[in-house]
Amino acid sequence: MRGVAEASALDGSAAASPTPLLVPDEYLFDGLPEFWFALVLGTLAAYVALDGFDFGVGMWYATRDDEHDREQFLAAFGPVWDANEVWLVAFGTTLLGAFPAAYAALLSEHYLLALGAVAALLFRGVAPELREQREDQRWRRACDRLFVAGSTLSPLLLGTLVGSWVFGTGTLSLPAILTGVGLIALSLTTGAAYLAVKTAAPLRDELTRYGQFATAGYLAGVVVLLAVLFALDPRGITTDLLSAPVLAIVLGSVGLGVGGVALARRERHREWFASTLGLAVLLGLLVAVLLYPEVYPATGLTVTDAAVSPIALNLMTILGLPVLVLVGGYFVYLYSVFGGTVESEGYGG
Amino acid sequence: MPEPGALLVAADAAGTTLPVFLDPELASRMQFGWTISVHILFAALSIGLAPFIVYFTYREVYGDAERYTHLREFWLKIFAVGFVMGTVTGIPMSFQFGTNWPRFAEVSGELIGGPLAFEAKMAFFLEAVFLGVLLFGKGRVSDRQYVLSSVLVGVGAWLSGFWILVVNAWMQTPRGYELVQRNGMEVAQLTDPAAAFLNPRFPWMYVHMMNASVIAVALVVAGVSAFFLWRERESDAWLSALRVAVVILLITAPFQAVHGDAYGRHVEETQPQKFAAMEAHYETGSADLHLFAIPKEPSAITDPRADNLWTISLPGLGSYLAAGDFDEPVQGLNEYEENPPVAIVFWSFRFMVGLGFLFIGLALWGGILAWRRSLTDSDRYLQATMLASPLGFAALVTGWYVTEIGRQPWVVQGVLRTENAVSTGLTSGQATATLVGFVVLYVLLIGAFLYVVKLIVETELSRVEGRETDPSVWRRVPILGRVAGGEAE
Repeated sequence: MRGVAEASALDGSAAASPTPLLVPDEYLFDGLPEFWFALVLGTLAAYVALDGFDFGVGMWYATRDDEHDREQFLAAFGPVWDANEVWLVAFGTTLLGAFPAAYAALLSEHYLLALGAVAALLFRGVAPELREQREDQRWRRACDRLFVAGSTLSPLLLGTLVGSWVFGTGTLSLPAILTGVGLIALSLTTGAAYLAVKTAAPLRDELTRYGQFATAGYLAGVVVLLAVLFALDPRGITTDLLSAPVLAIVLGSVGLGVGGVALARRERHREWFASTLGLAVLLGLLVAVLLYPEVYPATGLTVTDAAVSPIALNLMTILGLPVLVLVGGYFVYLYSVFGGTVESEGYGG
Repeated sequence: MPEPGALLVAADAAGTTLPVFLDPELASRMQFGWTISVHILFAALSIGLAPFIVYFTYREVYGDAERYTHLREFWLKIFAVGFVMGTVTGIPMSFQFGTNWPRFAEVSGELIGGPLAFEAKMAFFLEAVFLGVLLFGKGRVSDRQYVLSSVLVGVGAWLSGFWILVVNAWMQTPRGYELVQRNGMEVAQLTDPAAAFLNPRFPWMYVHMMNASVIAVALVVAGVSAFFLWRERESDAWLSALRVAVVILLITAPFQAVHGDAYGRHVEETQPQKFAAMEAHYETGSADLHLFAIPKEPSAITDPRADNLWTISLPGLGSYLAAGDFDEPVQGLNEYEENPPVAIVFWSFRFMVGLGFLFIGLALWGGILAWRRSLTDSDRYLQATMLASPLGFAALVTGWYVTEIGRQPWVVQGVLRTENAVSTGLTSGQATATLVGFVVLYVLLIGAFLYVVKLIVETELSRVEGRETDPSVWRRVPILGRVAGGEAE
């Protein structure tokens, strides 16, 4: 591995100071790697929940012909999407920081898929920005198409990547693709609920109806995925599927989905939106349960194998955890500043 | 998928045609170099523009609103577009550590993963959340919160620079680790966080890069202000902007030269091979300093050696710079089995330093004119300033070429070679396809960015010249923030 290094002061071990920074060299507590495994998937769940509804906004956007509606959608999405997308960077870097071997294997074995997903994200981010620069209708239509395509491909490819991570043997498989389709349905659900919060009748009523279909689609997707998994049984996963936590999560998702629809019908849009975010959190939880004790099943790498040394993980805990709490605070502030409907706030059209 | 290896071999045998597919390592290096070159422009734009945004916002809220509202709005629009570009170019950037360089990710993950995660959590969230408030929150949050948001965006930008340079500085002068076996691989394990994260290179790099970003943006602010003043001499707002930029340049440009000189000495101590490449210094011995070099023949461009260059040199000064002694032998490139591409490092370094002196001249010129209160009288000065506006970014990027290409063949100096860092499962076809994709995509992105900037400038120009804004060019629309400042207050 190591080339012939020049023997000099560059040898890091020789240059180490005698008193390391006050970071204990045993895990702060016994389950610290497991705790970070949970945190990694927590950041993934936050990403799926928050940027997921941005994708949903982008996909529902395709149903609008009216310029005023479209601008309302973009105004609902404008102040928050970039902050939401940072959760993806947080997820990737946290995985790298806590489980570098898993990060390296996951991304290098899904080369085209991973880079395709970030390319789709790129179109999603740039298109609305470009759209607003010219009045010209043809220009705007082109940007709109780019926006919808990016918003559809992003959850499809990212979901496929996550599916391949959980069920995969390192190559593309049917369950993985179904996970991608499932993420599209989930994004449509969260997106419709978010838009229902941000708009007023009659647009809101229409979105409420769409949201109910999307919820049904998502739950059906979960059922189909489970059926396919039982049929194919990749890496003997069916034993996991019948475990109590998995059954609880599936039932919980059904409960949240049905409850959400009921809330939507009673025009309690905020609670409905919260319940759809709950669906995304449950999905993150499901990924965690199915992976554990491995962090990268395709190579059999376990959480314990892949975790970085105690000093590194303790440092991430001491420096990173308080900041994560702060980040939660930023988001509460952001969503309280932009909490009302687009029209009432007047940052739209 | 044809067997790429066979293609390469066939091409080599023929010796004339270019291979259809590139070697995965070469393609990965080109792709990383290309994407990071583009990304660093937008990252530096955020870092350098943030202090200007804070200043304009503060002056608008607590001072001369009429004068500063337009400056704040104009630069905030530029900042917003640049930030989106930075985000979308940055995400593929960080993913490449895993997709193309998994060995690098695994071997140094324990050292670089933490800082990269801190960058996301401490810096990117701060920047993205409060930029949302800046763009859409004028009139919706209190003035104090608005100014504070601009400060927090700036803090986020400067913190992201902090953590990413912690990573890069560690790659140049790795410290605070030991090599251990893990999962059948020799990886770096963190033993001393203080030594690893605050390693010798870090303070040099951080100061140099932050200052370079401020210089690059100050040149852009000066150039844009000069353009508006050239078209409309009476614009008070843009005269203020030009003044601020000139003052900032007067401080930062000379400082960069003095700091860069000391930084070079530190590089010679810690990375003698890189220093030798910067000076194309082959024989260990007293080194001259080539202030200025002109190739005698084409071959000198690709192989700069003292005897095929006309140089203006100061004998022994290279030694003096490196060690404070004219006769001190400086390690030559001939000491090493494998060297970085000397020509790129040598010429990039000269290009950067040459531009640095040009900026000092421009700053002094502007300073004298500002002192005489005649900044808008000299057409020649305004034109020179306009022409110079992109050059700060050119110097910044070539400076990074010196740093990164000068470290080759290592990706982590003395620990991991670049050739061993690349993915072993990557095929030539995949690597070439994504390289082509990223080149096309990022060229389009740069084009789109420049196009948007052009529209923003045109709009501002019609305002400055007192014309009615052409509605087909610009409308105040939600995505770039409803501009309440101009109307509602």
